Formats: sequence, C-alpha cells, structure tokens
Amino acid sequence: MDMKRDYYEDIQLLDSKVLWFWFIMLIASLVTLPFLLPNYHIYMVNYMAINVIVTVGLNILVGYTGQISLGHAGFFAIGAYGTVLLMTNLHFPFLLALICGGLIAAFFGFILGLPALRLEGPYLAIATLGFGMAITQVIGRWQVFGGRMGLEVPDLSLGPFVIDTDRQLYFVVVTIAFLLILAARNLMKTRVGRAFIAIRDSDIAAETMGVNLTLYKTLAFAVSAFYAGVAGGLFAFLLGFINPSTFNFILSIYFLAFVIVGGLGSIFGSIMGGVVMTWLMLTLDKVQELPYIGAVLVSFSDSWMNVAGLPNISSVIFGLIIILLVVFEPLGLYGFWIRTKIYWKTWPF
Amino acid sequence: MFLQLVVSGISFGSLYALIALAMVIIYKTSEVPNFGQGEMAMISTFVAFTLLVTHGYSFVVSFIGAFIFAAALGIFLEFVFLRRAKDPNILSLILITLGFEMVLYGLASWKWGADQRNFPFPVSDFDVIHLGSAVISYLNIATLLITLLLMFMLFLFFRYTKVGIAMKATQQNAMAARINGIRTNRILSITWALSSMIGAVAGMLLAPIATLDPNLMLEPLLKGFAAAVLGGMTTLVGAALGGYILGVLENLFGGYVSLEFKSIVAFLIIVLVLCFKPSGLFAKHYVRKV
Repeated sequence: MDMKRDYYEDIQLLDSKVLWFWFIMLIASLVTLPFLLPNYHIYMVNYMAINVIVTVGLNILVGYTGQISLGHAGFFAIGAYGTVLLMTNLHFPFLLALICGGLIAAFFGFILGLPALRLEGPYLAIATLGFGMAITQVIGRWQVFGGRMGLEVPDLSLGPFVIDTDRQLYFVVVTIAFLLILAARNLMKTRVGRAFIAIRDSDIAAETMGVNLTLYKTLAFAVSAFYAGVAGGLFAFLLGFINPSTFNFILSIYFLAFVIVGGLGSIFGSIMGGVVMTWLMLTLDKVQELPYIGAVLVSFSDSWMNVAGLPNISSVIFGLIIILLVVFEPLGLYGFWIRTKIYWKTWPF
Repeated sequence: MFLQLVVSGISFGSLYALIALAMVIIYKTSEVPNFGQGEMAMISTFVAFTLLVTHGYSFVVSFIGAFIFAAALGIFLEFVFLRRAKDPNILSLILITLGFEMVLYGLASWKWGADQRNFPFPVSDFDVIHLGSAVISYLNIATLLITLLLMFMLFLFFRYTKVGIAMKATQQNAMAARINGIRTNRILSITWALSSMIGAVAGMLLAPIATLDPNLMLEPLLKGFAAAVLGGMTTLVGAALGGYILGVLENLFGGYVSLEFKSIVAFLIIVLVLCFKPSGLFAKHYVRKV
C-alpha cells in the first residue's frame, strides 16, 4: 500500500509510529492477560500460542517456499518426545532440552527435505504423509518411547522458578511464541526468505538466478520442522502426558488447515489462523454444551447419527472450512483482512 | 516359512494393488492424488455393513447398494468440490481432497463411533487349503481372484469400450479430446465414479480381515500410495504390480527382519523409489518444462 523507497524501509519491523503504538499495546495486553482470565481460558491461550508456532513454521514451508507437508505431526511428535526424553533420561535443563528437541526435529526435516529436491506437488505430499505415519508407528512400537502407553512429562523448572500451573506456563509459552514469530518475520525479509519466495514462484527460474535449491529447500524443511519441534516440546508440558495417538495423521491435516485458514504466505495470517482455529477446535470438542446449537445437534445425533460420536463434528467442520476456503478465498483470513482494510481506507469509493 | 510369507504377501498385495489402481485412474485424468480415496472406500464399506446387518438385506443387494453409493460419492466429490475450484493448482486440489477426507472421516466417526465391528463376508477367513507348506484361506483366494478378475475387466474396459477409450483420450490430452467431441467433464465424473467403486471393492475385501472402524483405511491408503509410487503413478499395470511387490516385500520384512517395524516399509519404499527412480519402476520418465 505505502511505497517503500529503499531497502532499509522494507526491512523495518514496524514502519510507522501508529504501528509502534499498537505493538506496545499488544505486548502490554499479553503481559496483563493472565491476571484477568480464568484458568480454562489460560489453558486455551497456551494451546493457541503453541498452534501459532506450528502454523507459522508450516507457513514458512507451505506458504513461502511452496512445498507441501502432510507430516508435521511427525515433527511435532519428535519435538515432544525429544524434549521429554532429554529431560528425564539425560537431565537436561528445560530450555536446552526444548532447543535440542527442536534441533532433532530440524535434523529430521533436513533428511526429509533431501528427497523433496527431486519431488514436487503430489509426490512430496505422499512422501511427507508416509513420514508422519512412520513416526507415529515407530513411537508407538518402541519401548524407549513408552509404546502405546505414552510418557509422563517431568516437572518443569526454569532456573529458580518452578512452573506447575497453566498461568506460569503461559509466560514461557507466549514468550517463546513471540520470539519465534518475530524471528520468522525477520527471516522472510532476508536473503534466505527471498530465496524461499523465489523457489515458490518458480524453482527452475530461481535456480537460474543463482538460488541454491539444495540448500534452501532443505533449509525450509529444517526451519519449519524446528518450529514444529519446539511447539511439540511445549505441547508436552501443556498436556502433562504424551502418547502416540495424539500425533496422528489427522493432526497433520489440522495444522495444514490452520495455515490455509490464516492465509498462505502471511505471518500475520498464520497468527490469526492458529488463534481462531484453536478456539474453534476446543469449542467443538464440547459442542453439546453450546447454547441452542448444542441441543439441536444432540437431538439430531440422537435420531440420525450417534451422540457419543458428536465431538467428531470438528473433523467435518474443519474439512468443510478447508474446501470452502480453497474454493472461494484462497488467501484465507489474511485476504479477508486485507480486503476489509482496503474497503474502509477508500470508503466511500 | 518363505512360501507362507509370499503367499499371504500376495493376498495383501492385491488389496494394495486395488487401492493403487483406484488412485492411478484418478491421477491420470485429474492429476491429483486423491487423499480421500481411503475414506471414500471406508464409508462405502460402512454402507454395505449397514445394509447387511442393520437392514438385513442379502449380500448381493447390499454390495450392489454400496457400489451405487460409492459411484455417487465419487461423482459428488468431482462435481460439487473439485470442479468449483477457481484456477486450480496442484496444492489446492490436494487440499480439497484432504478436506473431503476429513469430512468423511468425521461423519463416519460421528455416525458409527469408534466401536470395532465384524464385517460379515460370504467367504470365510478360517477355512483354509494347504498349498505345499503354506496355508491359504478361502478369503485370501477370493481376494486374489476378485482382484485379478477386476483387473481383467478394467483392461477390457479401457481397450474395447467407447467410454474407456474416451477416458484414455481425456487422460492423454483433454483439449484434443474435447475438440474431437468428447464431453471431458462427464468423462471426468465417470472416472471418479469408477475409481471410487474400485476403492470400495478394496474396502469390502479388507474389512473382513481387519475390523470395521473409521480408521480402517488410514494405513491402507498409505500402502496404496506406496504401491502406486513404486509402480509409477502413470501406469495401471505398474501400479498393480507395485501393489503385489509391496505386499510381498512388506511380509518378508515382517517375517525375517522385524514385525514391529513392518509398517514403515511402505514409507521407506516411497522414499527410496522417489530418490532413485522418481517416476516409478514401470513408467517412462517425464521431464517438466519451465
């Protein structure tokens, strides 16, 4: 919208005083939020922050680099199990374990990125799908990972602070999410980010311009997997208990749905997508408690479907949302936001 | 031991071959891997189950009912969702099939829950015949025969019927086919119906071996993809052979190396094939232009 006159204007984090004002307001509200909200909502906000991390990471891969991944639940699982096992078996401190968990996930992402060099579109989707399923299988069968029974998550302490409530966890999760989002946003303004976008627009053209495809495609996978791994590590502490069935194929599609809903190729969109969809997901889990709609759905299930299976309605709704967005609004919430903004800026024209 | 593993591998392989065939038929016409394939087959199997057990119809009626349902489902997906996509690229088509997959999975879990059901089948899994040192059940033999019969019918269909030839023409060059008077949109719908019915056969043959629940086809879907990738996503014969090879390899791995990690064979095969021969064992290599 506004013209950028030189490079430094382009890479600025926030380009006007108004934006700085809102940015500071955002930080202030994030800090005061946990003291105002009830406990369940804190849990929900933590969940949102974790999903936002995954969504931003996945968006780097899908939205910016144009590579599809149907195996992000696999990286999420690697991060979760990696962090927990490093803490219980090797007694790593929390932050170090979290970063190592993320790096292990990134390493797997790098490995998975290697075949991606030769693949595109459908083949890549199939290979990543296979990866996600293979990870869940291995974790479920191997005793080191607790098998089908899963693992107990150790107590969390950060230096002198012991963190055992959702409210304390909030500060850890939200701080990490904030830093990672900032990092992603800055990454996209650098040489690396521009290389990713060039690969998305046409990988052959990018290669002729001197973009090293091997390096940048595997890097995109690794960065994206790192985000998923860190989010997985945090998720383990949110749940307090992890088992393989949490990280199934459906979860990978949920992550993809977050990205689509937020808008491909937009960090701000990913934040919106993660927040809105997590809210929707947690609400739909208890859909029968909703006013009006809940009662209608229960009676509908009673006569046509099955009341016990009602929470599965979230799959149906997520699926429909994916389809409808792809057909009608490929840019997702971000596209919607941009159009609303332009509409009001130019009103009444 | 070896013979036994090979024999049961072939019987599983024929199921993978069916799923792979269903996918390849779609992939050749629409250039989209159908991630909803497994769930479409699962729901069709549930329809057969409902007709059979809840309403007490005979096998013939229930199976025909399920096939009609499967065909309708395929046409529905193509007509209502895929055709509506504005300027579709491969990512958005994949996403639509994924969305459809989730809708079907959700609906099936909503309606039938997570209970495991036994799917009755006219041929028993417990009566066996001995084949040298190997044992093979009647159900396995039936699976094998039905698959082979179906493949033969597909061959005849693509070779000798007008619709089959029109389908091949559409796959090769949609524009030229349309100029020659083929209604490619209608052919596309028929293709989806055909593929969905083949998938339904796979589902109904698998259900008596496994137990019928909404997760029935999650893993076989991956196996079907692996088989299709192994044989080549663009050849019908290759995909079928890929299914058999995958079935046998997987069983041998399970028997000699490790039973626990049997299910990652499919993934390893996908990765290895894609690394060394991306177009599959039996397909011609294709180079993309800018």
